[in-house]
Amino acid sequence: MILARADQLSRRYGDVLALDRVDLDVRAGELVGLLGPNGAGKSTLLNLLVGLRRPTAGRVELFGGDPRDPASRRRIGVTPQETGLPGTLRVGEVVDFVSAHHPDPVPRAELLDRFGLGELARRQTGGLSGGQRRRLAVALAFAGRPRLVLLDEPTTGLDVEARHTLWEAIRAFHDDGGTVLLTSHYLEEVEALARRVVVIGQGRVLADDTVDAIRDIVGVRRVSLLADRLPALPGVVRSERVDGRTHLLTTDADQLVRDLVTAGVAFKDLEVRPTSLEEAFLAITATGGQPSTDVGGRSAAAAGSTATAAGRPTPA
Amino acid sequence: MQLTLVHARYQLLEIVRIPVAVVGSAFFPAAAMLFFVVPFAGKDPVAATFATASMVTFSVLSANIFQYGVGVAEDRDQPWNPYTRTLPAGPAPRFAGRVLAGLVLTYLSLVPVVVIGATLTEARITVPAFLLALATVAVVSVPFTLMGLAIGYSLPSRAAVVVAQVVFFPLAFGGGLLTAPDQAPGFIEAVAPYLPTRGAVELMWAAVGDYPPNPLSMIMLGVWVVGLAALAGWAYRRDEGRRFS
Repeated sequence: MILARADQLSRRYGDVLALDRVDLDVRAGELVGLLGPNGAGKSTLLNLLVGLRRPTAGRVELFGGDPRDPASRRRIGVTPQETGLPGTLRVGEVVDFVSAHHPDPVPRAELLDRFGLGELARRQTGGLSGGQRRRLAVALAFAGRPRLVLLDEPTTGLDVEARHTLWEAIRAFHDDGGTVLLTSHYLEEVEALARRVVVIGQGRVLADDTVDAIRDIVGVRRVSLLADRLPALPGVVRSERVDGRTHLLTTDADQLVRDLVTAGVAFKDLEVRPTSLEEAFLAITATGGQPSTDVGGRSAAAAGSTATAAGRPTPA
Repeated sequence: MQLTLVHARYQLLEIVRIPVAVVGSAFFPAAAMLFFVVPFAGKDPVAATFATASMVTFSVLSANIFQYGVGVAEDRDQPWNPYTRTLPAGPAPRFAGRVLAGLVLTYLSLVPVVVIGATLTEARITVPAFLLALATVAVVSVPFTLMGLAIGYSLPSRAAVVVAQVVFFPLAFGGGLLTAPDQAPGFIEAVAPYLPTRGAVELMWAAVGDYPPNPLSMIMLGVWVVGLAALAGWAYRRDEGRRFS
């Protein structure tokens, strides 16, 4: 069963085409990660799906109906931006307010406990830490026993421990049959949670596949080793040296290792790993089009330059 | 309907948690009562009663213009507001809840004026007249609620604060709220019937005593209500169009 659907969905703000003929189906029981740089159109897509905005062209459906019809929104849960919580209301009151809109809400104490907020029910939201506010914002999405939750950057600004707590809650919901569509800045988050990744760039769906497949689209492997100096090697699309360790990105790791051996390089501590999703994602968005497996080398080269320009070594 | 009450309740909670906001809208009319009405008209039952009715109108004016003008404009800046639109309810309960909460606060802001009028002046009123005056408050709230909504939905919050203050004083003085019935300086008597505050205060005077409202003021009050309703409706639709279409 399809819970949310975008069909050739376009949205224009003045001269800017924020979404360009996007197709997306979210089926019951899926956990989908929506990935893309700022301004790619992720938030616009979510706003259209929850009925805050009207499409310029194409169709958007929620449980088979128009998201702008309140009845279509009965089985969804959405997170407010944490900065938007009414500061003078208490935590328990905010939960009660949201619950009042649902026929069969989760009891307040149970919901707060699930998100580690049980002790804070009587605190005003304005006095919460950023992490506590974020957890409350995510908890509100689950207040009405939704079948589909749409989470926009659910763990932005959280420390590692709080992030893992939230991940557990999202996983538990999914394990109980819940459907999740989440956007994230953290590629690690999408890799940890999602089975399916939709990459959006410049308002278009660039890729829609499993996490593994998105990595494989680029076909790049990371070969890292300790060596004093390396000869020029064929098939290396990018190389960098971090803390004395050399990282080589290549489209053919097997051939690269053979070349290293035949060249007689004195290396040690060799590792071959798949690229991170971030590298794959940068490769796809940098080429700006629907990638296919045979453009791996070109994509990876583009990925290399983008990643280097961003000045941050990509975690393996 | 149930949701309207829920929204009204939480909006009141939000406002009451910052008591200064409530005190603020009640303070100015109460102070005006103490400094102008009590010493100058307090001994004469008729004058004191009319003056108290004037201050009640003054209070209704300030409570509505500020809480809608500034409150709505500030709300529109908050991301919480669009979030409530993702809940399974349309914009209507929130809007109706806001108007309901506004009416409650308006009545609340009248309490000091009425208490001062009853205890420190000779103002007297019968029970039926008092009930009629209570109902009249709801009626005269209409133009000022619409005016506040028009300001709140058409301006950003900083501008709304300024505009609310700028329209508030001329309306109060020009409408003759700070002078006894038909005793204002000549130029105020000339412009007053064309201001909504005049029609409003004449209705209040008629409710609490023997005062025949001036037909011109009544007609102009009707014109203001229609005009302000159109302006508020336009501002609301424009805001909806910008943020939710």
